Amino acid sequence: MSEILKTEPESSELESGKITKARRHVSQNEGLIFEKSAPGKRGIELPPLDVPAVDAASELGRQHVRAEVEGFPEVSEIEVIRHFTRLSTWNYAIDLGMYPLGSCTMKYNPRVNEFVARLDGLASEHPYQPIELSQGVLRILSDLQKCLLEITGMDAVTLEPVAGAQGELAGLLMIRACLEARGNPRKKVLIPDSAHGTNPASVVIAGYEVQNIKSNARGQLDTDHLREFVTEDVAALMLTNPTTLGVFEERIAEIADILHQRGALLYMDGANMNALAGVTRPGDFGVDVMHLNLHKTFSTPHGGGGPGAGPVVVKKILEPYLPVPVVVEKEPGKFALDSHRPKSIGRVRAYCGNFGVLLRALAYTLAYGPGIRQATEDAVVNANYLRKKLEGVFDLPYPLPSLHEVVFSDARQKKHGVNTMDIAKRLIDYGFHPYTTAFPLIVPGALMIEPTESESREECDLFVEAMRAIADEAEKNPELVKTAPHSTRVGRLDEVAAARKPVLRWRP
Amino acid sequence: MRYLPKSPSERRGMLDAIGVATVEDLFKTIPEKFRLRDPLKLPGPLSETEIIQYFQARASENSRGYTSFLGAGVYNHLRSVVTDALIQRGEFLTSYTPYQAEISQGTLEAIFEFQTLICQLTGQEVANASMYDGSTALTEAVLMAERLTSRHTVLIARTVHPEYRQVLQTYAKHLGITIREIGFTASGQVDRAALTSESFNDVAAVVVQSPNFFGVIEEIPELAEVAHAGGALLVDGITEAVSLGIVRPPAEADIVAMECQSLGVAPSYGGPYVGVIATRDKFVRQLPGRLAGQAFDAEGRRGFVLTLATREQHIRREKATSNICTNEALFALAATIHMTLLGKAGLRELAEQNLAKARFARTELEKIPGVRRAFSGPIFNEFVLEFPRSIKLINRWLLDDKIIGPLAIGTAYPDLSKRGLFCVTETMPRAEIERLVASIKRILETTGSGESKS
Amino acid sequence: MYPADFRYSKEHEWVKVEGSTGTVGITDYAQSELGDVVFVELPKIGTQLKAGQSIGTIESVKAVSEVYCPVSGEVTAVNDALSNSPEKINQEPHTGGWLIKLKLANPGEASALMDAAAYTAYVDAKAKEHSA
Repeated sequence: MSEILKTEPESSELESGKITKARRHVSQNEGLIFEKSAPGKRGIELPPLDVPAVDAASELGRQHVRAEVEGFPEVSEIEVIRHFTRLSTWNYAIDLGMYPLGSCTMKYNPRVNEFVARLDGLASEHPYQPIELSQGVLRILSDLQKCLLEITGMDAVTLEPVAGAQGELAGLLMIRACLEARGNPRKKVLIPDSAHGTNPASVVIAGYEVQNIKSNARGQLDTDHLREFVTEDVAALMLTNPTTLGVFEERIAEIADILHQRGALLYMDGANMNALAGVTRPGDFGVDVMHLNLHKTFSTPHGGGGPGAGPVVVKKILEPYLPVPVVVEKEPGKFALDSHRPKSIGRVRAYCGNFGVLLRALAYTLAYGPGIRQATEDAVVNANYLRKKLEGVFDLPYPLPSLHEVVFSDARQKKHGVNTMDIAKRLIDYGFHPYTTAFPLIVPGALMIEPTESESREECDLFVEAMRAIADEAEKNPELVKTAPHSTRVGRLDEVAAARKPVLRWRP
Repeated sequence: MRYLPKSPSERRGMLDAIGVATVEDLFKTIPEKFRLRDPLKLPGPLSETEIIQYFQARASENSRGYTSFLGAGVYNHLRSVVTDALIQRGEFLTSYTPYQAEISQGTLEAIFEFQTLICQLTGQEVANASMYDGSTALTEAVLMAERLTSRHTVLIARTVHPEYRQVLQTYAKHLGITIREIGFTASGQVDRAALTSESFNDVAAVVVQSPNFFGVIEEIPELAEVAHAGGALLVDGITEAVSLGIVRPPAEADIVAMECQSLGVAPSYGGPYVGVIATRDKFVRQLPGRLAGQAFDAEGRRGFVLTLATREQHIRREKATSNICTNEALFALAATIHMTLLGKAGLRELAEQNLAKARFARTELEKIPGVRRAFSGPIFNEFVLEFPRSIKLINRWLLDDKIIGPLAIGTAYPDLSKRGLFCVTETMPRAEIERLVASIKRILETTGSGESKS
Repeated sequence: MYPADFRYSKEHEWVKVEGSTGTVGITDYAQSELGDVVFVELPKIGTQLKAGQSIGTIESVKAVSEVYCPVSGEVTAVNDALSNSPEKINQEPHTGGWLIKLKLANPGEASALMDAAAYTAYVDAKAKEHSA
């Protein structure tokens, strides 16, 4: 596959804002692995068989034997290494620089976590092996449980859900089971219009109806009118705290009271725990059930989209309903998996959760110990620093104090025809990954920025410099911003054509 | 603290720039009574050395030194060091979901390759970028069938992994889905006659697994016919992806939900794994999960983008095909690398080695007096044998020989007591198989009188 | 801009009444808000629809919009051309981009909807809101 060499745009176009952080560099081209395939090549050689070979057709019956896997690649080891290494160089990553993505908490993924996850004796264990031969594994899970309970101020925990969304579902199912036991599971769950999309999606799978409630003029929950909304039909309120605007819901205790008085429960989406760990505890301010995203606050790697883990911490009233199995310490130092829990909501996944991810989260927590507060403080300092430096430059629709993230809007730049997506794409030329543009829905044209504690002052300053330069370009040279990025291997891709006539696999 | 890149003076400088006296000032919006005064009571802080020591200690408290014959959805297969070397690259490990296509082309192209490889393996037309695991993929496949047919009953074979069925139960309970189970025959396969005699009124899907929990391969084309005749879809779950190296792919199934752990992912006590759903092109709009599609930029350069995103939660919210957001991307990448390393010939040879090893083990075990094959159907690398004594008892004795014996399936199948599910893959040395046989033989001889070990 | 013989709903659907047949589509304003259409989901022929009921959805790359039937009736035809050329909704929202045809339950129903002048004013007010 040859690529046509295009004339590069004038360097002055790219450096109109004097880009400090990044510079163009040759990266290797690479096609699809199938395009390198040729018969007779292979990347793995197996040790010889030490038992008699068998004839598949006689063993299985001819009807059960397949023809060869048509189109499956045939390449050598070196080609596999080159192929994926080249592909990797086309990605941005935390290891390269900041991801200011609001609500994603893109912090450093400590390498020791990778090392310990791969230890023989941990990576090798089978979930059905005897409990006596799994004490090390179970102790890791038990220790993590204790840490999560201490951090959140809750009473019990399940480590089984493998993502935040799955945690949400498990939490909602536990709420349902609890209310059902009281005589009426109720029908609706209240969700603020600032919520992450998984919230309403999870509610529906839990068999509840979504009732959207509008945030007030300050972008917070309309506590004054909450009473009206919490009818006998309402099972729970699903709240993110701090909100997706990065602002703490100061009246949270009152919110919890209103719900509890009417027999409803308070679910907290723990995606923003990075603003709270070590500083305050959701269990203290009235939360009944909450999921954590270990791939956010607890540093487990995003890996291009996953894996994650979404443990759910609960107050005592919900403990009987935890999914099975539950990790228990039967006597000090002796651990087991308890599957005999008659009131449990059941199993949400085979085996017992993403052990490899849970292990990494424990390694992270052990590295900090009680000093975890410092990470939270640094995250909040970084966010407020960026806010202060960009306040005059971008519109701040909700000016309440920010914790770990800040949400601007593109209102000022819109006047020149430049929107948040354009600014985000131009940020790529400046050597950064874009911030979050897609939500919260209550801010049209949002720029949701979360720097995390992993960013140095230098990286923060570079980000401020880049954003200011782009704001300037939006005014003086909007076309440059609207057609960004200019420095990447591909420009903006035609997503419309891709969606109209999807091509979702290679064919020979 | 080594993960925090700020010096005390930099912190001070930033607080000054913000305009506050102390960092406490930044937390003023948290009501005072909820602000912690004391540090949390957590273990640590530990240095890197101490962290490693802690986990090495834990690693020594598990099954090291034992030989395991367990399978049941989690398989010991070879893994090349090349895979880890690649997925540990920071640009793969620490990168985000590829929503910004221009700087995520590495991830997107790899996803496109994953989707292609899964289609090639399963004989289906389109596959997604991964689900959480096989059990949740199967559940989501069922929900997909429900949406496609607008019917609300599911007929599921008892030969589907018990924990997979439990997961479906948890999800289905509140979605108005009725589940009916279909039994199995002496061959160990789902009872097709019983299935055919079921009422298909309101049946969205017939759900099977192949090879099934007993290791037996199901008759997919015939099952598809029965399902389709009743207006239902056939959903096939696959827990052992390596089987597709030699076993005919379920091309007649409408939706395939597969676990890819066998393809380069460590057992890791149950996760993280890699689920995937593959199906026909015509069902793509009901397919949950991310999809990478080919696209072109204004200069005509080919790239890849996440596409058909309107199915997903971040756009469709309560009307989404699923609530899935985070998936298993890094390990789907591991599976992709593994599959490309194996290649056509390697995968075939690997599957053939599994066939050979399992057969050898079963043959030798069946020579032991009192040990019988439980099912007559064709197997890949797992099989069930019936013993004259309880499996739990036999396994207790086997532990003395540092062998982790077969899974006792009597707990999940009360009608199948004294039966053990063995898995023998290419990683099992012949000598260990022979050692297993010798141990069991000895155990049965010495406990033949009915005495149990105290 | 907005055909004089159409009637318009607040949700930006139009209906053209010809005797007892109604043709339904979305307006130019709606298509420009939505962006490039990539996919359309339409009801089956024979479906009975009430005014205000959902006809289906129209998808762009980044959004999905529910389409509501402005009047009651039975679906007698759907615009098959849209499955291969969804862009017709963007290019010809009032002509080639029609969505469904109905046998009207009550041909007089449409007169309760906005006429072209009222709809134009409605849309102008909305446009001012957005740029404010």
